Parts: sequence; structure tokens; C-alpha cells
Amino acid sequence: MQKYIISILLTALVSFVLGLYLPWWSIAPAAFLVSLLIRQRPAMSFLAGFLGVFLLWEILAWWIDYKNSSILSQKIAQIFPLGGSNVLLILLTSLIGALVAGFASLAGSYVKKD
Amino acid sequence: MLLTHMRVIPFLVSTTTTLALIVCLNVQWGSIPPLGRFLSPQHGFWQNAEPIDRDYSGHIQFQAIKDKADVYLDDRLVPHVFAKNEEDLYFIQGYIHAKFRLWQMEFQAYAAAGRISELVGAKGLEFDREKRRLGMVYAAERALGEMNKDSVTRFACDSYTAGVNAYIETLKESELPIEYKLLNYKPEKWSNLKTALFLKYMSLDLAGNEDDFEYSNAKTVFGLADFEKMYPYSQDSLDPIVPKGILYPPPGIGIKQPATSDSLYLKKLDSVSIIQHKPDKDNGSNNWAVSGKKTLSGAPILCNDPHLGLNLPSLWFEMQLSTTGMNVYGASFPGSPSIIIGFNDSCAFGFTNATRDVRDYYEIRFKDETMKEYWFNGAWKQTDFRYEHIVLKDEAEFIDTVAYTVFGPVMYDKKFTGDRSNGKSCYAVRWKAHDPSNELKMFNRLDHAKNYDDYLEAIQFLHTPGQNCVFASKSGDIAIWDQGEFPAKWKRQGDFIMPGEDSSYMWQGTIPQQENPHLINPERQFVSSANQYPADPSVYPYYLGGQYPPYRGMIINRYLNQMTDIMPKDMMKLQTENYNVFAEMARPILVRNIDVESLNSDEKKYYDILVSWRLRNDPYEQGPTVFVLLWDNFTSEVWDDEMAQTKLKLVYPVASTLLEGILKDSAFKFLDNITTPQKETLADDVTSAFKKTVVQCINAASERRMEWARYKATRINHLLRLAPFSRRDLSIGGGTNCINATKEDHGPSWRMVVQLSEKTEAYGIYPGGQSGNPGSIYYETFVDNWVAGRYYPLWVMSLDEEKDKRIRSRINFSGL
Repeated sequence: MQKYIISILLTALVSFVLGLYLPWWSIAPAAFLVSLLIRQRPAMSFLAGFLGVFLLWEILAWWIDYKNSSILSQKIAQIFPLGGSNVLLILLTSLIGALVAGFASLAGSYVKKD
Repeated sequence: MLLTHMRVIPFLVSTTTTLALIVCLNVQWGSIPPLGRFLSPQHGFWQNAEPIDRDYSGHIQFQAIKDKADVYLDDRLVPHVFAKNEEDLYFIQGYIHAKFRLWQMEFQAYAAAGRISELVGAKGLEFDREKRRLGMVYAAERALGEMNKDSVTRFACDSYTAGVNAYIETLKESELPIEYKLLNYKPEKWSNLKTALFLKYMSLDLAGNEDDFEYSNAKTVFGLADFEKMYPYSQDSLDPIVPKGILYPPPGIGIKQPATSDSLYLKKLDSVSIIQHKPDKDNGSNNWAVSGKKTLSGAPILCNDPHLGLNLPSLWFEMQLSTTGMNVYGASFPGSPSIIIGFNDSCAFGFTNATRDVRDYYEIRFKDETMKEYWFNGAWKQTDFRYEHIVLKDEAEFIDTVAYTVFGPVMYDKKFTGDRSNGKSCYAVRWKAHDPSNELKMFNRLDHAKNYDDYLEAIQFLHTPGQNCVFASKSGDIAIWDQGEFPAKWKRQGDFIMPGEDSSYMWQGTIPQQENPHLINPERQFVSSANQYPADPSVYPYYLGGQYPPYRGMIINRYLNQMTDIMPKDMMKLQTENYNVFAEMARPILVRNIDVESLNSDEKKYYDILVSWRLRNDPYEQGPTVFVLLWDNFTSEVWDDEMAQTKLKLVYPVASTLLEGILKDSAFKFLDNITTPQKETLADDVTSAFKKTVVQCINAASERRMEWARYKATRINHLLRLAPFSRRDLSIGGGTNCINATKEDHGPSWRMVVQLSEKTEAYGIYPGGQSGNPGSIYYETFVDNWVAGRYYPLWVMSLDEEKDKRIRSRINFSGL
């Protein structure tokens, strides 16, 4: 369980750091890397990658949105269209990132046999 | 071996899935931006969501900067720039414009250059071809040549461009304006040509209007005699910029009407069926200046509110530019150096559109399909070709070959009818904006101007678009010049398509500048303009072809004549005045001609609303809605039958023609519906129009849209027309013919009042916000106050006020 939580947090951390210098898809190599380092069963690995980036993007988007008083998120959530809901937009954001990281993490888990 | 330790198939499947996801989320799907990139909180649109308490302070270093300079951003995000020299000043202006308005600047330059297809693909092609074939790039290149000849302008532009590019070069992907992320492209380098292109776009907006094709059709359908009644030269309700009664010396240049003009031009019958995209006819404006004799303080007051298309981000950006020898405040154009409408420590200046017709067409006879030669002055003359390369998003390049003649580019021919022309004839456009000129120099000189002589010298550089340039100085002078390089035309020259087989129909010269209408320190102690006739056409020695709505000018002059002891707040009230002088003149005759006996109870109700209306287009009034609908229906009753005689594109006669027609003559010829056996009278037309109006009113009432502001539904659209980035249904009154000329998406784009007292007292507002970023709290800051008719005091900061509590951020610039 501890390994699982560390794996989630490490995915979030590595994704954040790579994101400072690399394009958005750097969440994939980040999750892949963490999955190589911290060995888990494929299902758990997928979830760790998924939750790691879900958490990161959720917190980042929520914090930005809070500082911005939702000025922009409400507008984008009409363009998309999500009925102007900033909550749904933050959720959509996190899910997209989480999905990519989850599969990358899953790929990492298959590199060595149990 | 690694492979032996792997579960190969699951690995390949999950890796492929990951990569496929990344690829799918990294490309654009139709109008959906690359989702991964767009949604990433560290890269995408979230990065455009600025903290509402964002501090813009910082130290910025560039090689190009010569000396230390400071920019103070106040609580409205107005930058106050203090530089030691003008190169640094314009560098910083470019940098700041780009920092807050980069996407808009570039988008406008794309539009001007006919490059919208690069962003939207084939659906932009017609728009782009029209710009290219009008010669927009050609005109901008010629202007650039002229700008480069002048060292001051070149210096300013080079510095400005360097500043814009300095910003672009330091821009990270995450910092790109949100529109780039939505449309998935990146900014390119700025250039002096882009500045020239933007200024040509303003020329197109302000001096690109003409009805030559429609007038040619109308002349053919109605004959010249009726044409003169429907589209008359001059007006009864004339109150020109230079008042009636002033005499003019004989013209300084003689012009000769071609001998064939009667048979080959004025009475010639032809049909052309071209419909064009046109600038808004009400691209007008108000400006005025009163002398100290009329003000409470004893100092002159200057006011200006240019009426233009209302957009977000706004066309305007407020700034103070301060350096040795210059301290100027006002509205600037993102995309151009200098302050455009504003004031300095000595004087103030502003503009309204001169609306003179400076765009004409000539019918060209080519030898054959190749268009390589055309008949001119008795010989075949070689055509020049310009190849316009139009890049289309995701498609192959489109090359448009445009023939250039002695008149100008052939805008319409067999290859470009744009579903408009008959595709048989070729028309070359002669547009004054094609001639090389350097308007930037005027703004530069005005920003520096100390007195009337400096102003007069500055406006010599204004060629196109012609403007009514208003001026007032602390030394007490007020003045207005109807300024521009205007072709001297014979009567009706260029109102119709002209024969292009010889030089006899060409423009023969330019009205000498000193003969342009002007008024300096007049007896009545004020000067004003609102796009009306600049001079009395019956005595002014040159033809003043163009469109000149009389009513705003009339009501402005009436108020200014009455007003005394004027204070700036009185001027704010005047600029936002909703009184409808057109209705004052039109309502009595309409009401008199409604057959009250025949009205049912619904009709009686709206009749009472119309009669009891106080003639103010205030937001909550129902009267203006009834009146506007009634006038529109009446216009249709009168003209629709005439217009229906042809399938050719026509333009309706202007409102003043109809009103003056019925005021002068209750048996106005066109009142009769020519499609019916009986003869309709004024009362028939008005009553019929009123009954239709009531049906529309009942409908509007059921949608709760009878109140004027709701009916008019003024909006400020984002340049991409994205609804969430726009402001809709603004509760604002006014309208066409009111001083507060706020229409559906068009209106006072920068209201400014400047009292030139010892310490300048100035107020202003525009319907937008300083930041072009929809994610900024400064994006639409001013809109609600603009709607409410409020103003901000314009703070001319001095360097000893750097501790002032209005200052929110400070950016220091220095060299490396």
C-alpha cells in the first residue's frame, strides 16, 4: 500500500518537474519511468499513473482557477461546451492527463516479469 | 536480454495506446484544439487564467535598449511609460502592446493582408481575395516605401517593431495568448510592413466606402432625373462643418469635365450586379472643441468619440508616453507606434471621418482573355501582373493573378466575380489609399505639437483616410480642418463606374490643401464635426461626393450654441446624449398621417406610446422601438416597389432624402406604389407602415424586447465571434442619429473629454479593457461603466508620483 502511494506521489512530482521544461506529453515518460522504478502489478500500476497525474492536474487547475476567480474557466466551459461549469472543466482536464499517464504507467509495468 | 523478461504483447498494446492517445490529443480535430496541449495546466489555456491580483512588475533587459526606462501600470492597467529617448519609448510601446494585445495585432494584420485562409482554410478565401485584389498589400508596400524615406518615422517604426519582436522572442509556449492555443498556431515576427498593413486596414474601414456599382444600376433603372431625386447632392437640413454663409475663393485648380460625359457616362445605361462587402456606413464620429469663452474655467475643452465597430479586444489601448520633449496621453492602436487620439502638455487633438468618396472604378477593355494588353488612349497598353500567393490551412496554395492598369488593380474580372459581378466586364479600382503617404508622421507630429502651427504642419501628412481633425490648445486656439488628399472631381465624377479607355475620366488633380474646408477660432466660439457635409455644396468650389448624415451634427451644434459656462461633466453628458433629433423632425409628419380613426385598440396603444414618447432613445423607453420600426416600414412602403423593378443590386436612398422629400412635398413622387392601379398618398403609406409596425411591436412585446436597449441588443463581439469571449445584450440607449451613436455592434469606441486648463483635466473611456486576454480581470473592465455613460479621470502621471497608490506594477527596462 505504501509503495502504491509513493508511486502516485512520485508520478505527480516527476510529471510536474518534466512539465516545467518539456511539452505536455512529458507526463507519459514520467509515469513510465516511475512505473519502471516502483514495480507493481499492471492494474495497480495503471491506477498509480492515472491517479498521480489526475491528482497533479486537479490540484494545479483548481489552484489556478481559484486564483483567477474562475474568470477564464467559466468561458472555456461554454466553448467546450460544459454548461459553464468550472468543476466539470477541471475534471475533464484531469481525466485527459490521467488517461495518458495511466497507459504509460501500464506499459512500464510490462517491461519486466513479476 | 530485456525482451525475454517482457510480456511483449501487453507491452506493445499499452505503449501503442499511450502513443496513440498522445498523438490524438496533440492534433486539432476540426474546431477542437489539441486537447492534451490545450488542457494541460502547465501549458494550455489554464496558463492564461491570470491571478486576479497579478503583479506585472519585473526587470526586463534587452540589447536594443539604450538607457534605463520605467513603465508604471496603474489600477486600470494603463501603462505610463517614462523613457530617456524616443527609440526606447517606441521600443517599449511595441513591447507593451505585444504583451497585452499580441494576438489581436497579428490577427488584424492578417486580415489586412488577406491571410485569413492561413488560419481558417478555404472559407477565408473570398475575404482574402477581395483584400488582395483591392491592392491592400500593394498599398501597404507603397506606404512603407514612403515611411522609410522619413528618418523620424523609420526610427519610430524600427524601434516599435524591435519591441514587439523582443516580446515575441521571449514568449514561452505556455504564455501564448489563448487564441493561438484555440486555433493552434504561433505568432510570427512583427515587421514595419505589418504596421503599414494595419493602417491600410483603417483606411479601408474609413475611406473604402462607395456605392459606385449600386449607383450605376440605379441610374440605369430609374434614369438620371429620378436618380438625382433619390440620391441627391446636398441636403435641405444642411448644417455643414464650415457654417453656411462663408464664401470661398475660386478653385485653385481647374478641372475639365470630359466632353463625352453626358453620353458615355451620366446617361449611359449599364448593369453590373456587383455586391460588395462594405464598411459600416456609420463609421462616423463626433468631435468638437469650445473656446475658453464658453467654459466655466476659461480654458478650451476638446471632445472626441470615434464611432467604429465594437470588438473585444478593443481597437484602442490607453497609454501615456513620456520622454524628453514629449508627454502625451491618449488612445493608441495596438500595431502602431504613437498616440492616435489624445493630448499632451500643450494641446489636444481628435478625429472624425471625412467620408469623402476616394474609391472609384473604371471599366477596362482587354485585348483578349490573357489580359496582357488593354486599350488606353488609342493604343494597346501592357498590363502589369501581381501574383498574390494565398496560403490555405491544410490545402495547397492558391495563386491569384491580379492585372494592374494605369488606374490600379483590376478587382473584378472573369476570374473573380465572387458571386457578385456578371463575369463579363473587368473593373479596375482607383483608390486614394494606393498612393504613397506617411500618416504615421502626422501622429508623431501631433504627439509633439505645441501650438496651432505645429498641428497645421502635422496634418499635412494626412492623405488617406481623410479626417476632420479637431484641435484645441492651452494658448486658447480651437480649430478644425477637413483634411486629406482629396481628388478634385467634377460633379458626379466617380459616383458611377467610369469609362477606362482613355485618360479623360481620370482624377485630374488634388484639391490644394489650403482649400480644404476649415474653421479657426470662429465667432461662435466652437468647432464641431459629425460626418456631415464639410462645407455648403452650393458654394464650395469642388464636388464633395460621399455620404454625409446631417442629424448628429445638427443636434451637436444646437446644444453647443446654447451652452455656456461649460464644465467637463457637461461635455460627458453631451457625448452620451440620447436625444433623437431625426425623430423630432420626422415624428410630427408621420403622426399627422396616421389615420387614427382606423386604429384598433392594440394599434391605439402603440400610437399613444409613439405620440407621448419624449424623443429620447433611453434604454428603457418603448418609443424609440416604435419609431424606428415605423420609419423602417415606411421606408419599405415608399422604396420597395421602385427597388423591385430590377434584380440588380441597389442601395436604398438615405433617410434624409426621404424625410426632406415628404417635408417639402406631400405628393413626393415615390410615395405611389407603382405596382398597384390606385395612387397611394403619404397617409396611405404611413398608415400601412404603422399597422405593420404594430404587428412587430406585439411580437417584440411577447419576447419582452419592446424596451429600446433590449430591442437594439448592443453587443461587443470578440474578434473571432466566440460568444463566451464577447459581451451581449448591453443595456445601452442611443442609436443612429443620436450623439450617443451606439448601434447593434457599432458605436463610440473611445470617448474623450479634455479641458486644457493649466493642469489638464481629462476624462475618457472605451468599451473594452486594457488586457486582450479573456482570462484577465482587465479584459472587459470598462464595458459596464461605458454602458452606464461613466468616465474615468485620465491620469497624466509625473515621475514624482511613483509612490502613488494607483500604481500596481512597475516594469524596469534596461540595456544589457
